Amino acid sequence: MPNNDALRLYKTAHIDKALDDPNVAHLTISHDKVISSQSLPGLNVIPKEIKDGVDIKIVLEEGVVIKNPVHMCFGMLKQEGVQRIILDIDIKPKASIFVIAHCIFPDAVKVQHLMNGKIKVGEHASYTYLEKHIHADSGGVEVVPKARVMLSDYARFKTDFELLQGRVGKIEIDYETICLAHSVMEMTAKINGSGDDVIKINESALLEGEGARGVLTSRVALRQNARAEVFNKIIATAPFTRGHVDCKEIVQDKAIASATPIVEVRDPKAHVTHEAAIGSVDSKQLQTLMSRGLSEEEAVALIIQGLLS
Amino acid sequence: MSVLTLKNISLTLSDKKILHNVNLEFLPGKIHALVGPNGAGKSSLAFTIMGLEGYRKFEGDIIFKGESLKDKSIDQRAKLGITLAWQEPARYEGLTISSFLEAAYSPEKGFKPEEALLKSGLAPDLYLKRAVDKTLSGGERKKVELASILAMMPQVVLLDEPDSGIDIESLERIFDAIKILKKRGSTVILITHSLKVLEHAEDAFLLCCGHLMEKGSGHSMCRYFKGKCMPCDHQNMPEADDAK
Ligand SMILES: Nc1ncnc2c1ncn2[C@@H]1O[C@H](COP(=O)(O)OP(=O)(O)O)[C@@H](O)[C@H]1O
Ligand SMILES: [Mg+2]
Repeated sequence: MPNNDALRLYKTAHIDKALDDPNVAHLTISHDKVISSQSLPGLNVIPKEIKDGVDIKIVLEEGVVIKNPVHMCFGMLKQEGVQRIILDIDIKPKASIFVIAHCIFPDAVKVQHLMNGKIKVGEHASYTYLEKHIHADSGGVEVVPKARVMLSDYARFKTDFELLQGRVGKIEIDYETICLAHSVMEMTAKINGSGDDVIKINESALLEGEGARGVLTSRVALRQNARAEVFNKIIATAPFTRGHVDCKEIVQDKAIASATPIVEVRDPKAHVTHEAAIGSVDSKQLQTLMSRGLSEEEAVALIIQGLLS
Repeated sequence: MSVLTLKNISLTLSDKKILHNVNLEFLPGKIHALVGPNGAGKSSLAFTIMGLEGYRKFEGDIIFKGESLKDKSIDQRAKLGITLAWQEPARYEGLTISSFLEAAYSPEKGFKPEEALLKSGLAPDLYLKRAVDKTLSGGERKKVELASILAMMPQVVLLDEPDSGIDIESLERIFDAIKILKKRGSTVILITHSLKVLEHAEDAFLLCCGHLMEKGSGHSMCRYFKGKCMPCDHQNMPEADDAK
């Protein structure tokens, strides 16, 4: 029977039902304590408690396909403190897994969540990772997720980062991926900032193997005094690689946004593109919705909701 | 009694006079056509009626059901019962067709999103969850726009070039939807450059170089398409243009 902290985390993440199923693997960490853990055959989850956090090793054995999403819950129910998560993920060849990480800081006044991930996706293996943040409305969270990702030949890696509930506080994403031959990488970050939130996104992909493909997508909506800086970089060094950087930021009130896409090609048979759009809501989109009877505020909210969905 | 009256509308954009003293009356429940060559000012007139950004400073007045629209914002005009469908409808990102239709839906007057889609010729099962984005074809996008108007069921609908970028089969669906609007008592204003669309209109107005040149039945205005713009000799062969 899960304890009260666990229950609150599950309920906030809306996963209390999913975890009743014994075929759903999960791991719940409240501050620096492992409060529940469920592995599955072929999926080894080995957490070790450290000072202010947990060091987690996850190994998915060769050829093992995990059908249900695996839920990881990283929570801090206290108002203050540091949570350090060290993640070492090793997806062996031909294995496949979908992990949803729920990062929950509902009462944060001064909370730091530091994540350091090392991810290896083996040949023909697939790793999908969705990280969803639920923060306090006061913005007292600082989130610093770092990941170094290595994709072997024909590996697939898809990651989505969502910070749409509660105030951002401060966030500094730093993801770096190396893509070997014919691997596919899709990295998306969606963040809704307001107040005095500060957002930094730093994502890069090195397309090093022939035929590797990568897309970096950022969607940021800012209001009030929020600030965002997005640095997206794709470097293609091998033939037949394809890369695309796509950044959209909607800015309202006194918010400030910047986007710095860097694309670099070191092989004449490689092809990398980028697009960035920063500014107010598109006026035709806005006026269409207003011509159907929505107020300006309602129309903007709907457009932003779509963009971040 | 007209539902919408334009009184001496003149519009100047970047020092260029676009509309010259246009007087027009639109009757309740009728299908009207506003015809004229490219650049005549048809879209500008529609944008002025809707009150779009950049089209709010004009001379004259627009009276809707006895009330001046002059100082009203787009959403205020919409709430009173006017809407506009652009020639090239906006595309969004992530916004589902379902949410888009729900946003326009008026429970008292309009069709529920599913019904509205169906009546515009799109299967709800296939479309409700899709986004109103780049992945829709031009024809599909126009049908979604019409569905949102059926969900809103306003009193006056301005349709800017409803046939542009549309195949013949889809055009029939669009005419079906227009008939539904009429049946429900809406006034439809078709802005067009095409004889096929004009044939569906009961009343027609001819605009040329920002001047209202002629009013008449839809049928009588068809002759204007046969070669020259009858009243002003302006060379105009829309059917030939369309064929290009
Ligand atoms: N913002 C603008 N500034 C200056 N001229 C404009 C502007 N918008 C439209 N026009 C001009 O107004 C005229 C009428 O345009 P429009 O209303 O789009 O015609 P139609 O819809 O009949 O083809 C054209 O000559 C066009 O170039
Ligand atoms: Mg036009």
